[in-house]
Amino acid sequence: MPGKLKVKIVAGRHLPVMDRASDLTDAFVEVKFGNMTFKTDVYHKSLNPQWNSEWFKFEVDDEDLQDEPLQITVLDHDTYSANDAIGKVYIDIDPLLYSEAATVISGWFPIYDTIHGIRGEINVVVKVDLFNDLNRFRQSSCGVKFFCTTSIPKCYRAVIIHGFVEELVVNEDPEYQWIDRIRTPRASNEARQRLISLMSGELQRKIGLKVLEMRGNAVVGYLQCFDLEGESGLVVRAIGTACTLDKLSSTAAFLPACNSPSKEMKESPLVHPPSHGCRSTHNSPIHTATGSRLTQNFSVSVPTLIYTGMGSGSAGKEGGPFKALLRQQTQSALEQREFPFFTLTAFPPGFLVHVGGVVSARSVKLLDRIHNPDEPETRDAWWAEIRQEIKSHAKALGCHAVVGYSESTSICEEVCILSASGTAAVLNPRFLQDGTVEGCLEQRQEENLPAGCGFCHIPYDELNMPFPAHLTYCYSCRKQKVPDVLFTTIDLPTDATVIGKGCLIQARLCRLKKKAQAEANATAISNLLPFMEYEVHTQLMNKLKLKGMNALFGLRIQITVGENMLMGLASATGVYLTALPTPGGIQIAGKTPNDGSYEQHISHMQKKINDTIAKNKELYEINPPEIPEEIIGSPIPEPRQRSRLLRSQSESSDEVIELDLSHGKKDAFVLEIDDTDAMEDVHSLLTDVPPPSGFYSCNTEIMPGINNWTSEIQMFTSVRVSRLSNINLTNQTLNKNFNDLCENLLKSLYFKLRSMIPCCLCHVNFTVSLPEDELIQVTVTAVAITFDKHQAVQTTKTHVEKSLQRASTDNEELLQFPLELCTDSLGPHPFSPAKEHLESASSNSGIPAAQRATSIDYSSFADRCNSWIELIKLKAQTIRRGSIKTTVSVEKASPLTEGHFRQRSAPACANSTVGVVKMTPLSFIPGAKITKYLGIINMFFIRETTSLREEGGVSGFLHAFIAEVFAMVRAHVAALGGNAVVSYIMKQCVFMENPNKNQAQCLINVSGDAVIFVRESELEIMSTQQPIASCQPACGGGEIAT
Amino acid sequence: MTNELDIFVGNTTLIDEDVYRLWLDGYSVSDAVGLRVRSGILEQTGATAGVLQSDTMDHYRTFHMLERLLHTPPKLLHQLVFQIPPSRQALLIERYYAFDEAFVREVLGKKLSKGTKKDLDDISTKTGVTLKSCRRQFDNFKRVFKVVEEMRGSLAGNIQQHFLLSDRLARDYAAVVFFANNRFETGKKKLQYLTFGDLAFCAELMIQNWTPGAVDSQVDDMDVDLDKEFLQDLKELKVLVADKDLLDLHKSLVCTALRGKLSVFPEMEANFKNLSRGLVNIASKLTHTKDVRDLFVDLVEKAPGPLGSLHGHAAQLPPAHVPRLRPRSPDARPACPLLGPAAKGGGGRGIPGQPRSSPPRSARSPGPGARTSRPQPPSAPGRLPPGPGSGPSCPVEWGGGGTGSRAGQGNPAPRGRS
Repeated sequence: MPGKLKVKIVAGRHLPVMDRASDLTDAFVEVKFGNMTFKTDVYHKSLNPQWNSEWFKFEVDDEDLQDEPLQITVLDHDTYSANDAIGKVYIDIDPLLYSEAATVISGWFPIYDTIHGIRGEINVVVKVDLFNDLNRFRQSSCGVKFFCTTSIPKCYRAVIIHGFVEELVVNEDPEYQWIDRIRTPRASNEARQRLISLMSGELQRKIGLKVLEMRGNAVVGYLQCFDLEGESGLVVRAIGTACTLDKLSSTAAFLPACNSPSKEMKESPLVHPPSHGCRSTHNSPIHTATGSRLTQNFSVSVPTLIYTGMGSGSAGKEGGPFKALLRQQTQSALEQREFPFFTLTAFPPGFLVHVGGVVSARSVKLLDRIHNPDEPETRDAWWAEIRQEIKSHAKALGCHAVVGYSESTSICEEVCILSASGTAAVLNPRFLQDGTVEGCLEQRQEENLPAGCGFCHIPYDELNMPFPAHLTYCYSCRKQKVPDVLFTTIDLPTDATVIGKGCLIQARLCRLKKKAQAEANATAISNLLPFMEYEVHTQLMNKLKLKGMNALFGLRIQITVGENMLMGLASATGVYLTALPTPGGIQIAGKTPNDGSYEQHISHMQKKINDTIAKNKELYEINPPEIPEEIIGSPIPEPRQRSRLLRSQSESSDEVIELDLSHGKKDAFVLEIDDTDAMEDVHSLLTDVPPPSGFYSCNTEIMPGINNWTSEIQMFTSVRVSRLSNINLTNQTLNKNFNDLCENLLKSLYFKLRSMIPCCLCHVNFTVSLPEDELIQVTVTAVAITFDKHQAVQTTKTHVEKSLQRASTDNEELLQFPLELCTDSLGPHPFSPAKEHLESASSNSGIPAAQRATSIDYSSFADRCNSWIELIKLKAQTIRRGSIKTTVSVEKASPLTEGHFRQRSAPACANSTVGVVKMTPLSFIPGAKITKYLGIINMFFIRETTSLREEGGVSGFLHAFIAEVFAMVRAHVAALGGNAVVSYIMKQCVFMENPNKNQAQCLINVSGDAVIFVRESELEIMSTQQPIASCQPACGGGEIAT
Repeated sequence: MTNELDIFVGNTTLIDEDVYRLWLDGYSVSDAVGLRVRSGILEQTGATAGVLQSDTMDHYRTFHMLERLLHTPPKLLHQLVFQIPPSRQALLIERYYAFDEAFVREVLGKKLSKGTKKDLDDISTKTGVTLKSCRRQFDNFKRVFKVVEEMRGSLAGNIQQHFLLSDRLARDYAAVVFFANNRFETGKKKLQYLTFGDLAFCAELMIQNWTPGAVDSQVDDMDVDLDKEFLQDLKELKVLVADKDLLDLHKSLVCTALRGKLSVFPEMEANFKNLSRGLVNIASKLTHTKDVRDLFVDLVEKAPGPLGSLHGHAAQLPPAHVPRLRPRSPDARPACPLLGPAAKGGGGRGIPGQPRSSPPRSARSPGPGARTSRPQPPSAPGRLPPGPGSGPSCPVEWGGGGTGSRAGQGNPAPRGRS
């Protein structure tokens, strides 16, 4: 079923000099999609060619539309020899395939060459005409929206959250094909880039099909990764959460969504038949294949820790009718699903009922050499196995679902560690099915909500808990039991009440291992893994106590395998949850109590630790209200509560718990110092330096305890590669080195960003890899957000208030303003009639408009030379008008009917200064409203150099490359008409060097959601000025709003 | 354990102004780190030397990558690789093109050739500016020179347009280009007391009044070369010395114009004849390239001689010599004798309709007043009004203007507006 893809090549600029003799270039462009290729004329002797081509039309299947990238190659024409390639642009046209996103891609794209980097820019316009297809058996899944964001996107409402979708595609890696020996590095890199692009497209299409099958219309929390398995191939895999999303169209739609969902469900026209069964077709064959395939491959499954404890406390006796009921309902909703997993980390209010704890599973596999790309069952089976394990872990915690779920791999030679982790949870079934659930459950739910502690209550049964968890009554409601600490992989729920601020907590660990081959190696690794897990867990626990906190959110444990070592890095955000008991201190016990000096030493250490805890409590403002001891010891519920407890017939378990509580308050964590190792551990605990004052850091979306964000954000990526001195490496020195590496990196970040104080590093994401024997590479991506120190918003704002607030802001969002106003919102527009005229009109009228447009973005910068900047812009604009006429022609070229969509972005690229595109790993932009999602950005780049020294060494090379990657992401977003990327993530940064050969290569994979945002302040201005603006002839509100 | 690779890339490119300055000043990374340590930054931030080293390296790398773009500033505005707010872009450009007074004084009037570049290490030792920084400044001069050399239109305007410099810096570059093109000798010991500001001020007036661009705004090289025809005409000034009547008339006009505006007025009046003769002699020789080059030397060596007692007022003198040469413009031009005030609005120039994006640095306000008040000596041929008291606006420069021009170098604009 065809769609029509139309491409127009407008112009180029800043092209490199390809002809030494004339210092000019004879450039032309090849436009390729699938097997079809078009060419523009050669534009002779210019570095700023104006092709202004006709529309190149490709009539293609929508399946191809989804899979294939549009490939634009810029070449230098050579009469006598082969044409030289200048560079390429790959454009993913997926965002054009669903109606609500972008309608046209138009703008300047950096021309990228894998050897030379960015070489000039090219202006391209791309459109797609899709014909409606009702074919039942189609292979395409156009129309399914993809979001990287791991929460329900801001301008949507979740009607149904269907659940887990996964898929993987396998291919041979072009780098390892025989042909690679005879082709140039450029050809090989381009083959790889193209292949991955193709595979991502295919993967997305297949996932889309699954979503359609589940009757969803979107994938949220879409996470795509690729595994470079070397000779055995290339795996691109993706997971996500299928949802049915509804675009928020009125305020009314939002409020009921959280208060009376059942009613809302009926209103929504979407019918969701209870026939989930059909879904399993995709996965069932894998199961049958599993057994036979696995025998061929070596595989070790590693026993995994469940972080709330060790045991397998199966859901034996139900805790109470409420729990039972809930479980039953959830179960019924979930049991049809093979894997009740959710990649989301933040949820609609009320979705999350209880959180059990972190569940994770790892498995060591040997990559098979013989590989048949058409049968990726091996990989499928591997993952199915792990997921099964996760599922059973979750069951052991009395949970039926896993939220905040993610998967990762670490590959070294032919050994591969597959990891999966998530948070076991009990969910409210009402989002999982259509509105058949209400009644008593609903009521219970609402009683629980205000306290904001419901999610902390244990979902498992207290009686059957073999692991030593100390249960107490919830400190907020005193009705239900809570554990003493809570580890999760999700973000802090919005309704959770915390005391003080949170902080980034990391556990870092190295373990040497012998170099070995194949099976021996895999065995060695799998033997080490449980110990590493255990130690990481202990470190996390110690550090948490040291901070005086009692819960971890956003926990992410990464185990990396190298030739001769294993590295573990766990990051999480520690917080003090009011619902959980105050953590006890850390107590040090010496092994030889007789020795006097030793005793002294121990007591000295103990004092130091106590001091640190006290200091941390002060630093993070943790000052929980003192609760009289007896209340804690024996919970005496108020009469009213008691009666309810009785009614719920849960007193039996209450009584039993008293025993546990004896352990309760005084449960100081005992560290036994019995050898030097332990000594080291204690020391390392104390060496972690808190961030300088004015700085906070966390790895979750938002910093618990800070909510008065100001608008300045700075996203950054920092990479460090360290070489270990090879002499007598021990676990201790390794640990210390690794610790120092991370600590120094953090210190550097604090120093670099000192001008933003007070600020918070959010979503700090560490990735460790071991590219070579003695090399450790640490990559950090995070965003620094400033906040207002003085205007602290009341943190204890109740849930109700929050939702009200949200509703009111949403209200604003709903007024549909001309998008044009976003950039130049000051006052009525002097240039309203048509922007085209503006461009070609006399400079007098054009310039003030342009100045205003850009100066707003930077209003925060106190610029001394303001007037003069404007002058610069003025100059630049006149230059442009004189020498590069492209902008004008773009405007004129695009027919007005389509053109009005581009009103916003076209002037942006016409403006002398390049439009600002914000990037953030968060799902939101502080101080702004996201008004539209334009589609997913998923890009893969390879850069290679054979002149490493000349490019400034490894640092210069990688610095330039990452800057270029950012530039290309921004250019794509701008071309879609967006002004920001949210949920940005650098999923892979594989760096290889060979200094002796003066060579280096790097692969980077990034993704995110392109969006349009509007500053809240501008929204206000606009709303006040709306009447005025709409009076203006051509500025009518509805015209531009889409 | 050593860091082989250590980078930080922000979505918005981070620019540390202090480090940028150190980089521009040509310090190596280790020197820069040393200087930063001494600045007490470690104590303020609690950072370690390693952190500082890594930070400095990072900034240096960024600057190095930006340098290519800074060579053609409009590219910096259009490029996509570094997202830099406009205010920061402006800062980067302005600082990159800024130059050291000491350095520019050494190079001013020299040919911007390879030969001069070879002497940079001497200049570096002499001025205390690092060689690296000397090279950058020299290359900036040369680059600007190459670009605007053959261009039509206002010199300063062209520079501003192609290098996006601030008004003031663009005018300074115009002076550098003008001096380099005409190769005025400025390095002599006797001229050492003149600052770059003094000379730039002269250059500006000369560009305004002595170049082909002064008459016709559509000529090539209009602001870069001296107007041959005009220099030829200067020969006729001799009549002011030779003809007693004209001398007297000239004297009386000048004295009327200057009376009360000049602290050394009595001396000037007493020495008028000598003064006038000295200047007319210099003026009449300007047809020879050699003499053009020595213009400033001659002005200091020969003109002051007859000034005699004026030498005592060194503070007032230096700029005074030159400005004296300036004024012929408005009245001299046939087109404009009476357009003085109107012309002022057009940018301080006597030629109506001539676009002048940068008004002359000289005091504009007094100028027009003087011009209007002064009827041109009927005898003055063509562009004549020459000589010491050469013109109406002369007084401005001589007295208040003279000293003012120096003081005013810092911010000419306010002065003009006042």
